[in-house]
Amino acid sequence: MLIKLTGGTVYDPASGIDGKKQDIYIKDGRIVNQPGPDVQIDKEYDLSGKVVMSGAIDMHTHIGGGKGNIARTLLPEDHRMDPVHRTDATRSGTGHAMPSTFVTGYRYAEMGYTAGFEPAVLAVNARQAHMEMADIPILDKGGYVMLGSDDYLLRMLTAKKDQKAINDYVAWTLQAAKGIGIKVVNPGGISAFKFNQRKLDLDEKNSHYGVSPREILQVLATAVKQLGITHPLHVHGCNLGVPGNMNTTLDTIQGIGGLPMHLTHIQFHSYGTEGDFKFSSGAAQIAEAVNRNKNITIDVGQVLFGQTVTASGDNMRQHANHKHASPNKWVCMDIECDAGCGVVPFKYKDQNFVNALQWAIGLETFLLVDDPWRIFLTTDHPNGAPFTSYPHLIRLLMDKSFRNDMLATIHPEAQKMTTLASIDREYSLQEIAIMTRAGAARLIGLQDRGGLSAGNWADITVYTDNADREKMFAKPDYVFKDGELVVRDGTVVHSKWGTTHIVKPDWDPSIEKDLQKYFDRFLTMKVGNFKISDDEFTDIGRGSLTAHPLKGEVA
Amino acid sequence: MIEVTEVPSPFCGIGTDDLTIRVDGVSLKVVENGCPVNTPAFEQAITDTSPRVDGKDVSLDAAVAKAAALLKGTNQPVIGGCATDVNGMRALLALADRCGAVVDNMNFNATRRNLLALQDSGWMTTTLAEVKNRCDLFLVVGADPESFAPRFFERYLWNQESMFLEDTGNREVIYLGKAPSGNASTSPKGQKAQVFECGMEDLPELVAVLRALVKGQPIRAESVGGIAVADLQGIADKLKAAGYSVVTWAASALSYDQAELTVQTLSEMIKDINDLNTRCSGLPLGGKEGDQTANQVCGWTTGYPARTRFSKGFPEYDPYLNDIEVMTANGEADALVWVQAFNVNAVPPATDLPTIVIGRSGMTFAKEPDVFIPVGTPGIDHAGHAYRMDNVVAIRLKKCRDSGLPSTSDVLNAIEQAL
Ligand SMILES: [Zn+2]
Repeated sequence: MLIKLTGGTVYDPASGIDGKKQDIYIKDGRIVNQPGPDVQIDKEYDLSGKVVMSGAIDMHTHIGGGKGNIARTLLPEDHRMDPVHRTDATRSGTGHAMPSTFVTGYRYAEMGYTAGFEPAVLAVNARQAHMEMADIPILDKGGYVMLGSDDYLLRMLTAKKDQKAINDYVAWTLQAAKGIGIKVVNPGGISAFKFNQRKLDLDEKNSHYGVSPREILQVLATAVKQLGITHPLHVHGCNLGVPGNMNTTLDTIQGIGGLPMHLTHIQFHSYGTEGDFKFSSGAAQIAEAVNRNKNITIDVGQVLFGQTVTASGDNMRQHANHKHASPNKWVCMDIECDAGCGVVPFKYKDQNFVNALQWAIGLETFLLVDDPWRIFLTTDHPNGAPFTSYPHLIRLLMDKSFRNDMLATIHPEAQKMTTLASIDREYSLQEIAIMTRAGAARLIGLQDRGGLSAGNWADITVYTDNADREKMFAKPDYVFKDGELVVRDGTVVHSKWGTTHIVKPDWDPSIEKDLQKYFDRFLTMKVGNFKISDDEFTDIGRGSLTAHPLKGEVA
Repeated sequence: MIEVTEVPSPFCGIGTDDLTIRVDGVSLKVVENGCPVNTPAFEQAITDTSPRVDGKDVSLDAAVAKAAALLKGTNQPVIGGCATDVNGMRALLALADRCGAVVDNMNFNATRRNLLALQDSGWMTTTLAEVKNRCDLFLVVGADPESFAPRFFERYLWNQESMFLEDTGNREVIYLGKAPSGNASTSPKGQKAQVFECGMEDLPELVAVLRALVKGQPIRAESVGGIAVADLQGIADKLKAAGYSVVTWAASALSYDQAELTVQTLSEMIKDINDLNTRCSGLPLGGKEGDQTANQVCGWTTGYPARTRFSKGFPEYDPYLNDIEVMTANGEADALVWVQAFNVNAVPPATDLPTIVIGRSGMTFAKEPDVFIPVGTPGIDHAGHAYRMDNVVAIRLKKCRDSGLPSTSDVLNAIEQAL
C-alpha cells in the first residue's frame, strides 16, 4: 500500500524544513522517497492548505504505574463527569484528570500525539507501568526508571563503591525494568522520609546512609553518560513546591558540572521568596541559567486552572503538601525500600495568588528560554493539568494577545508579580514542532521517530491552519500512526497498538550474583522473578519492544 | 518428572515466590516452602478437561458458541467472580464492554470497606519489604494474619536479616480485637504478642478511643469493650514512640455494618501519628486469588474498581447497586457469567438465570450451569500476572505444567469474538 500526502505545508525541524510545501509518501508504515512517476498510488490525501507535522511526543506524562491507578481509584467523582462511550472503533472508559488507559490513548491521538513516556517507573512497579501502558492504544510508549532512593544504590554510595559498579547496577536495573532512561525524584529524599526526615536540601545528608542529594545526582548523571544512554539523567529536584527553591535549582544546575541533565517540571522548582506573600517568580534566573548551560534541558510542568490530581514519587513533598488537597483526601505510600508515592488531588484557582503565579511562572519559563530544542511542552500530566489542556497551552505560547487577556483575569497581586505582560515572544509553528516532536525524539534518543524524512516511521499529524491555535491543535484533520490512519477530524476512526521503546546498556554479569544474595536477604521476591522478560510484552499478542542504540552505537 | 523452583503463588496474597513444585504429568506436589493455603491450591487435581453444555461434553468451540448465543439476546448480563490473572481480567472487561454487562468481583463487599474509606479521605500505607526491613511495632486490629497467610510472620517479621533493624526478634506485636489463631506471631526468641481481646462489635468504639488517645484527647471512661483505657493508652504511647509502626487490618474480617468507618478511623489515626514527628503506615490484608488484580485492571481500564457496569455503553461505578448477588436475587439480571480460575470452591450464587461458568477444573456444582468451560489456573497451567496484597508488586506467574487447558483470556476472548 502506497499512500501519498499531497501538497501540505510541512514543518519538519528534524530535517530543517520550516513550512515548505512538500509531498510525503508512505509505504509499509514508513515514510519513503518519491517512488517514481510510474508507481501506482493506492491512496492519496489532498493536504493543500494544511499544516503537516510528525506525530507529537510527550516526553513526560504520567500514564502508567501504580500511583496513577491510585489516583483513578481515589476520584470516582472526577470520572463520573466525563464518561466516554464505546464506539465501533473504540472501547469505553472515563476521562478528565486521570483518564482510563484506552481513553488516554484515544485522547492523545485525537490531539495528534503518537507517543508518551512515563517518567516515574519504579523498578519494583515496572510490570504494572508496562501493563497499563500495554492497554493504551495507538501510542508508542516507554518509561524512565527511578533510582536514587533505592536502598541498593544508597548502600553502594555509603560503601563508596566505584563508578563502574554503580554503572553496572544502573544498567542492570534499566534492563530489568525495561526502560529508556533513568529518573531521580527528590534524590535520597523518598528514602529520608521513611527515616522521618521531612525535608532534604541539596547538601543535606540522608540520616541513615550519610549521602546527600548532590552526590546521588553526580553518580547517576555520570552513570547515564558513561553507559551511553541518550536521554540525560531525568531529574525531579529537591524541595519541590517550596518558596525559595529556585536557589536549590540553580545550585543543582551549577553542581552537575556540565554533565547532561534534564530538569523536569521546572516550574515547580522556580520559586523565590520576595513580595508580600513571600512567594515570587524565579523564572528569569532559571531561564538565564538554562540558556547559559547547554548541558541542561528542561520541561515546564505548566499549571493550568481547574481540578486535577497530583501523583508523584516524591512522597516526602506530597505528604508536606497534603493540607492543600482538594477535595480533602490523599494517599501516601512507602514502597519496597525502593521508592514511594503520593497522590494529592488539587484544584488550581486563578483567584488564588500562589496558583495564579505558578501559572505565570510556567509561561515566563517557556518564553524566556531561547532554545526550543532544550525545553519541552508539558503540564507534567496530571500534576499541573491534564494533558488534554495542551492545545490551550499552545495557544498561550503562540498568541500574545490571548495570553495577556488571560493574564488580566488572574489574581491581581499575581499580575503584579509577573513580567509576563512585558514579554512579546510568540512561539512559531516550527518552534512548537521542535518542542513537541523533533526535540523530544532527539532528547529521548528515538530512532526513526519525530521526523518526516524518508526512513522515519509514518507517525504524521495534519492540521488545518487556524489563527485560533487552540482550535487548530485540538482537532487534527488526520493522524497516521505507523502509516495507518487512526484519527480523522479529531476523532479516532481506527485503533492499533504502538511499541515500547527501550535501551539496553551492558552490565557486568557478575553483579547479578551480589544482587541475588541481596534480594534473598532483604527483599520480598527472587531476583529472577523481579526481572521483566521480553515475553511479558508480547504474550498478549499486541505489544512489542523497540531497542534504540546507545550513544556511539550504530543501529 | 521435573521440579520447578522459585514458583510464585497467586493464592496467599503475600507474594510467596520460593515454592518448589514437583510436576509429574499433570499432578503437582509442593515439595518446598508450602503452607496450608498454597499447598492444596497448587495440588488441586484436574478433573474436567472438556467443556460441557447442558451437562454434556462438547468441544471448546461449541461451548464458546453456546455461551455467545446465551449472551446475545440479553438485556443485562452480569459477570461475577472476576478471579483470574491480568490477561483474564483484560478479556473479561472487553467482553463486558462489548455486551453491556455488570462486572463484580466476588469479594467486593469486603474490599468496599477499604475503598469507601480510601475514596472519602485517603490513607497512608506501606508494602511488604518496608514491613520486613523497617517495622518495629506491628499492631494487628481485628485480624488474624497467620490464617490469612500462614507464612506472613516468617517472611516479613521474623526474617533473619533486615536492612535497618539490629534484631528483628525485638519487634513488638500487639493484637487488638481478636487473639491470634496460632503461635506464628511469637518471636523466634519466644516473645509472645500482647493480646487485647474484645468482641468484634466493640472494635469501632475501641478504635475511636485509640485514635483519641493518640491525639491526646481526654477519655473519661475507664474501659472500652472490656479493655482498660490504660491499656489503650499504652498502645497509643507505643505507636508514638515507635520509629516505623505498621497497623494492619483485614477488611474481610470486619464483618459488621459501616465497617468502613473503622477503616477510616484507623487510617486517620495513622495520618495523625505521622504528624506527631514519627512514621506509621497502614497495611490492609486482602487481595488474594485475583481480588487485587480485578480492581487494578478494572481501575486502569475504566477508572473504577471492579464493581462497574457497562449497560449504558460507558463504565459506571456503584459500590452498592452493582452488587450482582443482589441483582440476580432481585431479577435485575438476565444472564450470569462466573469467572473463577483459582478456587474450585468459589462457585456461582444459586440462580435460575442462564449461567456460563469459566471455572477452574475441579469445580463441582449443585446445579449444572448451562455452559461450563474448565480453564487453566494462572501460575500453574499458564503464565500470567497477579497482584500482591500491597498493590504495588505484580508477580510474574509461571507455567508449571502442560495441561492443555485454555486460559481465562483465551476463552473470554473467543466468546467476545463469537458475539
Ligand atoms: Zn512528573
